[in-house]
Amino acid sequence: MSIYQVNEKGFYGQFGGAYIPEMLHPNIEELRLNYLKIINEPDFKTEFDQLLRDFVGRPTPLYFAKRLSERYKAKVYLKREDLCHTGAHKINNTIGQILVAKRLGKQKIIAETGAGQHGVATATVCALMGMECIVYMGQLDIDRQRPNVERMRILGAKVVPATSGNMTLKDATNEAMRHWINHPTDTHYIIGSVVGPHPYPDMVARFQSVISEEIKHQLSMEIGNPFPDYVIACVGGGSNAAGAFYHFLNDEHVNLVGVEAAGKGVNSGESAATTALGKIGVLHGSKSLLMQTEDGQVIEPYSISAGLDYPGIGPMHAHLFETGRVKFLSVTDDEAMNAGIELSRTEGIIPAIETAHAIAALQQMELDADDVVVINLSGRGDKDLETYIRWGKY
Amino acid sequence: MENMANRINTLFQKKKEKILSVFFTAGFPKLEDTIPIAVELEKSGADLIEIGIPFSDPIADGPVIQDSNKIALDNGMNLKLLLQQVKEIRKTVKLPILLMGYINPVMQYGIESFIKDSKAAGVDGFILPDLPMAEYEDQFKVLVEENELVNVFLISPTTSEERIRKIDGVSNGFIYAVSSSSTTGTKTGFTNEQELYFKKLSEMKLKNPFLIGFGVSNKETFTAVTKFATGAIIGSAFIKLLKSSSNLSTDIHDFVNNLN
Ligand SMILES: Cc1ncc(COP(=O)(O)O)c(C=O)c1O
Repeated sequence: MSIYQVNEKGFYGQFGGAYIPEMLHPNIEELRLNYLKIINEPDFKTEFDQLLRDFVGRPTPLYFAKRLSERYKAKVYLKREDLCHTGAHKINNTIGQILVAKRLGKQKIIAETGAGQHGVATATVCALMGMECIVYMGQLDIDRQRPNVERMRILGAKVVPATSGNMTLKDATNEAMRHWINHPTDTHYIIGSVVGPHPYPDMVARFQSVISEEIKHQLSMEIGNPFPDYVIACVGGGSNAAGAFYHFLNDEHVNLVGVEAAGKGVNSGESAATTALGKIGVLHGSKSLLMQTEDGQVIEPYSISAGLDYPGIGPMHAHLFETGRVKFLSVTDDEAMNAGIELSRTEGIIPAIETAHAIAALQQMELDADDVVVINLSGRGDKDLETYIRWGKY
Repeated sequence: MENMANRINTLFQKKKEKILSVFFTAGFPKLEDTIPIAVELEKSGADLIEIGIPFSDPIADGPVIQDSNKIALDNGMNLKLLLQQVKEIRKTVKLPILLMGYINPVMQYGIESFIKDSKAAGVDGFILPDLPMAEYEDQFKVLVEENELVNVFLISPTTSEERIRKIDGVSNGFIYAVSSSSTTGTKTGFTNEQELYFKKLSEMKLKNPFLIGFGVSNKETFTAVTKFATGAIIGSAFIKLLKSSSNLSTDIHDFVNNLN
């Protein structure tokens, strides 16, 4: 088995595990004992693949970005997850998890959301399956991602504001976990990234791995070889990156680059660059890298992008960072916003601000003219119009 | 040597019913209040004290304890300071003291230092709800037992009988039976179903005594659960009292005395 995959105890190297109060133990254990069995069943695979194709619109294109390539003097391809139904990669995971939830006999779904993309993707699959849906969202994120809040409501979900802490993704996750503790038997918690107690990180990574599976196939068709020189993805919790890296992890000659949000600068005190600022710690049920004080209190992160505004990263990424398999860069608010405008004007694609961080990383890389670079275009910018407008420099 | 036996084990040897354990958050409502609250609890007749180590993200707690955690952290409470306060408390207080908290602050303090410094300060044991049993056995158990401390695990109504037996096997003081699957301070009062659960527990003839917590807030609920369990734990109701109190000494006295 690959050293980059989760081991039988639920760990990636020293990271991972299930650090949960006893009240959640039966739920997590039920999931742990069943998730592989369920997702390997032929009828599950058939239903999952069919929904990804007919409902989500997969495979998403791998698009050669001609003008961006000219600008950065390399062959830049964009993996168009922004063209997924609901506008981001998040739905790959919610389709998978709701099918698991159904097979576990659950009737209700809860989720946390930051940018609202995961909330919308969850509300969407709940509508599709006729299941009740509650989404926890930080009050600050409700304010900065309005359109997504209304989309969730239109889809029939109940959006509950989290008003503790900085009122962002971390606090929404706390509230979702508390809800699950209080409703353990009939409810499944659809976590939106490769975070949380084992088996969530592995399960979510598997559902997102369709991204790299398609990239390999598409590159083979396009350039006659499945291996790019670089794969670049932004990292909030790390689900789109996990999906984009997954099938390349053992291909050591493919350079993998994760891009974190530096906020107002890594050392500004207002940042979400976990690998630069974090230490090993436990939050939301797993051991990973975590931004925290010396006393072990979690530091409130900051990023202009709601989806990257999280003080940790998934345990898989902590391990990939520690082993050096993935190189991590960080990008400030301003660099990301500029890159968002740049992509809009060179390629006609307005990206999500999360995704704009991955685009901005191009400037920090030394590329050769024949380097093949795949950027995971994790989502589109519709939800971020207000942030673009407020930023104003276009 | 009298001191060598853990105060928790001694308590359960001497007292077989109606044990009252009271939980409060360190450094709340004021930073220094940890000490007088412990002193008053002993004077008022509580049997056991659980002091919460505040954490920024207490996922098993409802609004009342969340709020006390936040206030305590804003007051500047941390584990190092808490252990100094326990030393102060130990100058007069003889009751068993447990520290209760989430694992991350403990990890950052250092597991070995945490156990040894706790022992030196006069702590008798720990409740660490998000510490997995396997990790306890790997990294804590030997040190905890060498230092004659007690580690308390939680069970809930959804914990399987097999797992309860396993938890009973690694426990060396008592078991914390959560009355319902819920966060703290969410529910009050008990249903028939919960009473059946308590009854089942009492009939399991566990090697460790068990205390019931979550949903115990007053005389009525205290009396109800101590029919089945050796004692009960009160948390949120006491924290609420502390927050609104203008005279800790009389309010704590009245609170404890109204329970019996
Ligand atoms: C478009 C987009 N990209 C990236 C992310 C970050 O999440 P992750 O790191 O799990 O992919 C989000 C999260 O909301 C998002 O909406």
